[in-house]
Amino acid sequence: MAGAVIELSGVGKRYGAHAALSGVSLSVQAGEFVALVGGSGSGKTTLLKTINRLVAHDEGAVRVGGQDVAAVPPHVLRRGIGYVFQEVGLFPHLTVAENIAMTPRLLGWGAERIAARTAELLELVALPAEVGGRTPDSLSGGQRQRVGVGRALAAEPALLLMDEPFGALDPLTRDQLGADVRALHDRLGLTTVMVTHDMAEAVLLADRIVVLKAGRVLADGAPAALLAETRDPDVRALLEAPRRQAERLARRLGA
Amino acid sequence: MSPQFSEAFALLPQYLDSHVLLSASALVLGVAVSLPLAVGAARSPRLRWPVLAFASLVQTIPSLALLALFYPLLLGLSALSRSLFGHGFSALGFLPSLLALTLYSMLPVLRNGAAGVLGVDPAVREAADGVGMTSRQKLLEVELPLAAPVIMAGVRTAAVWTIGAATLSTPVGQTSLGNYIFAGLQTENWVFVLFGCAAAALLAMAADQLLGLVEAGLRRRSRRRVLAGLAGLAVGTALALAPLAGLGKAAAYVVGAKNFSEQYILAELVAGRLEGAGAEVSRRDNLGSSIAYSALAASELDVYVDYSGTLWTNVLGRTDNPGRAAVLASLTAELKRRDGVVVLGSLGFENAYAFVMRPDRAQALGVRTLDDLARVAPQLTLGSDLEFLSRPEWKAVETAYGLKFGRARSYQPTFMYRALAGGEADVISAFSSDGRIAADGLVVLEDPKGAIPPYDAVILVAPERAGDDQLLSTLRPLVGAIPVEAMRAANYSVDRDAEKASPAQAARALGAQLRR
Repeated sequence: MAGAVIELSGVGKRYGAHAALSGVSLSVQAGEFVALVGGSGSGKTTLLKTINRLVAHDEGAVRVGGQDVAAVPPHVLRRGIGYVFQEVGLFPHLTVAENIAMTPRLLGWGAERIAARTAELLELVALPAEVGGRTPDSLSGGQRQRVGVGRALAAEPALLLMDEPFGALDPLTRDQLGADVRALHDRLGLTTVMVTHDMAEAVLLADRIVVLKAGRVLADGAPAALLAETRDPDVRALLEAPRRQAERLARRLGA
Repeated sequence: MSPQFSEAFALLPQYLDSHVLLSASALVLGVAVSLPLAVGAARSPRLRWPVLAFASLVQTIPSLALLALFYPLLLGLSALSRSLFGHGFSALGFLPSLLALTLYSMLPVLRNGAAGVLGVDPAVREAADGVGMTSRQKLLEVELPLAAPVIMAGVRTAAVWTIGAATLSTPVGQTSLGNYIFAGLQTENWVFVLFGCAAAALLAMAADQLLGLVEAGLRRRSRRRVLAGLAGLAVGTALALAPLAGLGKAAAYVVGAKNFSEQYILAELVAGRLEGAGAEVSRRDNLGSSIAYSALAASELDVYVDYSGTLWTNVLGRTDNPGRAAVLASLTAELKRRDGVVVLGSLGFENAYAFVMRPDRAQALGVRTLDDLARVAPQLTLGSDLEFLSRPEWKAVETAYGLKFGRARSYQPTFMYRALAGGEADVISAFSSDGRIAADGLVVLEDPKGAIPPYDAVILVAPERAGDDQLLSTLRPLVGAIPVEAMRAANYSVDRDAEKASPAQAARALGAQLRR
């Protein structure tokens, strides 16, 4: 399909005898917010990482913006793709501002442009400007992931990959940050792929849900359509879980 | 201030200088080699095991042996390079010490370097990949800065080890603070020994503190601390090396000495005569016995005094004993023919191996000769110096008389006499020119079979100096000029417990006697 930002066709990845991915085909259009869901070992993180080549696939082809990812040097590819993951991985020896400025610096931006962009991003991820001069160890978990998102978006990528981005946060922070990221996605016109094991989060944030099991795509579609159409009991159970949970919660809280 | 202390203090600039130059060079070289290896080891498990195993293996070799092993290796390489390119290099002193200490300094840097790089949080590594760093950028901007405090802790350990082990470079001809310790042990000059230990310890502590400042700076990301520590190291090294700058002109002659009092005195005497004739002289003291001769044959030493029997058995590998004059004559011809070494002549006395007992013990056992000794040897303990039992002379005596001692113990020469006096040893392998034999009234056992070769003290001159008439004519008056009594008195003045003279003072006194 022409115009797809991400195009996977027949992608496979093996670790020894174990097939982490087999025959995965998927295309993501510009502006989509896609959630990859599935149990642990389903291959969702592996799939995400083949897109920015943190994992090199063995079979098939992965194209980003029409370009085969195996044909460009990995660091060049990654500078054009935002990447956020659960452990955040802020550089502890650099300030928040220096962390955010990393990819622009690697791309050789001028000092003034970097300073302006850093200030803009701090505002974008709703952090006070004074945080820029601090080191990561002085921040709360939520603030750290906000910096992580800022760092991922610093070089103005069109594509954002997120691997369980809010998994380590408390429920309130998680809810707030999820909503903020969705708002950023809309405002900046991003294409976003997010791995999560939390179905409620996937249903709340994503336009489209891709369900994986044992390295294969089990179902793919908009949340409501998926629930209406699927015959697969696993998919059904997964999709119904948030609603059942919400109903139980409502009963117990007497709302 | 005591004269011994002020003498030690006067030598400090020279010793400290060489010590700092050696240990700083070894440390810099060691870190430069280890750091890339450590990074490689951290990256590749296949490299990690052999690299760390090799470094650990090196650490198990006693440092003195490691230093000594580099000497023959470099001598061979130098000979090879001379035959290939027409240029040799000095296998004595700085180079073997540098290489051995460099190897020695590697383990802590390697181990901490690999651990430091491996210890970087995997999430931070993943983030470095995620933001689009190349593998080189990841190493330089993330892994090394984060591993720096751990690496620096390894460098500190390496610095302390290197400065300590550098004292052991004295026997391979490198001047260091170890000169105090080796010379002090030989002449029982405890002020020297303590002075050397204290100087090395202070130096190690100072380096450790400054490197510690750098480490703390790296840990707390304080650029000021890092710079202060580095500046301190730079200034300290520069100050220690300052005397070297004034020492620009190369010494014309290098005079060697082995590691006992008589050698120090004779080296002082020879150096004094050369300086008196207006020549520049530098000294290489405390050389191992076999190192001294091969260094002279390679013209790394110009002059030193050795003993005919030692050369006869150890260098020429002879086991026969044709008599004092014949040994000297064929030694002179053979060393000239084989190595180009000039045997200038005998100083006039012998310093032979002699089996010596306390008179009361000898009388009680009825021992006067080595034959008598063989009879009672199984009940006795032999005290010897560190090398005697592995020398061919001992084999010759052992075979000739069928000597079988109940026990044998090795000592530094000075402690050997203590052991004899204290009854820990019944008989010792002493030296006939030692002043302590007469002073303690000890009995020298006769050698009726002539198994012990003669040990005339002879002046040896390097092949490259064979045509140096100034050198030869300055030293020739020493030939035949020192009677054994004079040498014993000089030795005793250095070795005795009270009113000790320094080797330099003893040499001046001996020289004054000769001019009469």
